[in-house]
Amino acid sequence: MPNLYRHILAWLDERFGTGSVEEFLRHKTVPQHRHSIWYFFGGMTLFLFVVQVLTGILLLLYYRPTPNDAYESVQYIVTQVRFGWLIRSVHSWSANLMVFTAFVHMFSVYFLKAYRKPRELTWITGMLLLFITMGFGFSGYLLPWNTLAFFATKVGTEMAGAVPFVGKWMLTFLRGGEEVTGATLTRFFGFHIAVLPGLATTLLAIHLLLVQHLGMSVPPGVERAIAEGREQARSMPFFPNFLLRDIIGWYAALGVLGALAAIFPWELGAKADPFTSAPAGIRPEWYFLFMFQALKLLPPKILFLEGEFAGLLGFSLAAAVWVVVPFLDHRAGFGRVTRFFTGLGVFVLGFMGVMSLLALR
Amino acid sequence: MYRLAIFASIVLAGPTLVVAQSPSDSCTKCHLALESEKAGPAQKFATDVHHDVGLSCADCHGGDPHEESMEAMSPAKGFRGAPKKPQIPQFCARCHSDTTFMHRFDPRVRVDQLSQYLTSVHGKRLKQGDTKVAACVDCHGVHDILRVSDTRSPVYPMNVATTCAHCHADAEHMKGYGIPTDQVENYEKSVHAQMLAQGDTSAPTCTTCHGNHGATPPGVRSVVNVCGTCHVFFEQLFNNSPHRPVFAAMGLPGCVQCHSNHAVVKPSDDWVGTGPNSVCMGCHAEGDKGFEASRKIAGDLAKLQTELARAGETLSTAEHSGMEVSTPKVGLTNANEALVKARVNVHTFNEADVRKFTDQGVEISQKAYQAGVAALHERDARRKGLGVSLIFIVLTISGLYLKIRLMESRPSPSSGPQASGE
Repeated sequence: MPNLYRHILAWLDERFGTGSVEEFLRHKTVPQHRHSIWYFFGGMTLFLFVVQVLTGILLLLYYRPTPNDAYESVQYIVTQVRFGWLIRSVHSWSANLMVFTAFVHMFSVYFLKAYRKPRELTWITGMLLLFITMGFGFSGYLLPWNTLAFFATKVGTEMAGAVPFVGKWMLTFLRGGEEVTGATLTRFFGFHIAVLPGLATTLLAIHLLLVQHLGMSVPPGVERAIAEGREQARSMPFFPNFLLRDIIGWYAALGVLGALAAIFPWELGAKADPFTSAPAGIRPEWYFLFMFQALKLLPPKILFLEGEFAGLLGFSLAAAVWVVVPFLDHRAGFGRVTRFFTGLGVFVLGFMGVMSLLALR
Repeated sequence: MYRLAIFASIVLAGPTLVVAQSPSDSCTKCHLALESEKAGPAQKFATDVHHDVGLSCADCHGGDPHEESMEAMSPAKGFRGAPKKPQIPQFCARCHSDTTFMHRFDPRVRVDQLSQYLTSVHGKRLKQGDTKVAACVDCHGVHDILRVSDTRSPVYPMNVATTCAHCHADAEHMKGYGIPTDQVENYEKSVHAQMLAQGDTSAPTCTTCHGNHGATPPGVRSVVNVCGTCHVFFEQLFNNSPHRPVFAAMGLPGCVQCHSNHAVVKPSDDWVGTGPNSVCMGCHAEGDKGFEASRKIAGDLAKLQTELARAGETLSTAEHSGMEVSTPKVGLTNANEALVKARVNVHTFNEADVRKFTDQGVEISQKAYQAGVAALHERDARRKGLGVSLIFIVLTISGLYLKIRLMESRPSPSSGPQASGE
């Protein structure tokens, strides 16, 4: 058997030059220290992305993106198609877990200063991937065409419409007209299965390439401890030691996904009826709650700006600052921790947590 | 040029319109200067529907509103003064029975109020000199009359019962007429009053059954027709039932025999059957055909209710477990509809007609129940499947963990401590 394995590798190497990959894997190492656990969240997010792609493809076999058929096709999937309930529930739960692990990954990178030189582009591509993930969530939420999804999309796209000058255009672009209709559904379906996956795959390739090329970042505190001789520099081979640990995490995630799908199947709700009024207490998905609540708490007028617009402007600026943080926190590039940026991270995390909890009250 | 002509005609016609609608005629001017009750009509009239359409005091009371002296109220000027109670219907009918005049304000307006009124108990008694009975102003008000569609009007559907109750619930006022005074009190307990209170202005109030201007109590023979104006299907079923000729022969008043007249409460299934609340048992007794039919109808309704409850409960449990059961739930809606139809068909008093629908409902409910049970089995199967999968996952994780332990316990050239990246 080992002979066969070597033969296959040799055969591939002769044709693709895979020997260099094998060589790379053999020498690639991952730093080992007290914060190593956070390294696993990137791989976990990647695993959930793969789950999304696979379950998404299976759902595509039956899903029909029209207002007359969308709800019925999802209903058919969860009631008639063999294991359709499992695929649909895993797709929905995995989407939420993926957003969660992506946020954990992003904040762990932020607090461990892993964005610092020379990993600025890794951070920027990661942030763009996070935005795309949220876009996946927003566009996918509408696809079952149920009441909650319909009105949440209406509210969500209305927010875009509040932006002066381009708001009207954005609203029409997102909805495919003045109102949330079948045109919106087709559009969101297109974003969800073609535009966003294309962008995500490209960015993911760059992100992974950068991670492989630059290696894992060691937190400044650990770096300093090693330099001062208080700690010994340790590492483990990526293949197979780190990868096996990753696989353990993926198996655990698979178990959690299966349990959630079997015990709490993702509910379908009632079919959307554009002519009824919005149900009480309509809320977006949990990862948009902090924005939703903050916009709700804002006064109608802030200085000379509409409250909602000022809020959206604030969020856009904050997101822009967050994306370029590696260039602002240049001290981190020299292994120095700036309290301001750590405090900013704590504030952002606290703000998102408190606002989300307020929205859930 | 054309626009200029329109503008000029508006400017020129303006003062004329203002004079025609001006409230400052001599009637208003003098009466507002008077004290006490003589000023009242002039004060109230500003809110009156007649004022809104441009009528003045003189249009009803006669006289000359352009005359500044007391001559304005001279009979020579056509002054009619305030009518006495027996004259009121004809006083109002001068305009309200004049089709040509009334159509100036509304081409669809009724003009039969007086002729209707004269057929009413009120109208007949007034003619006989009984001035305690209601005439136009007793219900509509005077000098501050509002449109019927105005929610403040005493004859707006939601206010009618209170308006009738002014006299009909007043034992002192009604003394001598020999009719009860608890109609409104009973009506307020009724399903009709509840619907009206919820804002459904199409729900029946006093005038819906008794008529308004031609108000008269429906007789024993006509009461089915009265209920049947809304409850058409029930009327048809009752008229074709064996009860119709029997009730007629016995002089029983149809619908109200079981449902009461004013206190028409929401019926319940125990009104049929042989229990203490059964209205059937008011006439039927053990051993007769009616007793048996009532027992069977009640049994069929109860069976459907039980099946519905069982299916509903099972589907609810399945739904709360996250199972998708919307299709059988739609089926259950059909079973509920069958129950409604069965209840309606109780008015045939024929157990076969009722059973036709209860059997339908039972069949649908049982299918829905089976779907619910299947969903619960599916839920259990999923959980068992999950358990098995978790065992495999845990075993795999344990295997991988052991593999790592084993691998890392052996010294390897690539796993030794080495310098980290950045």
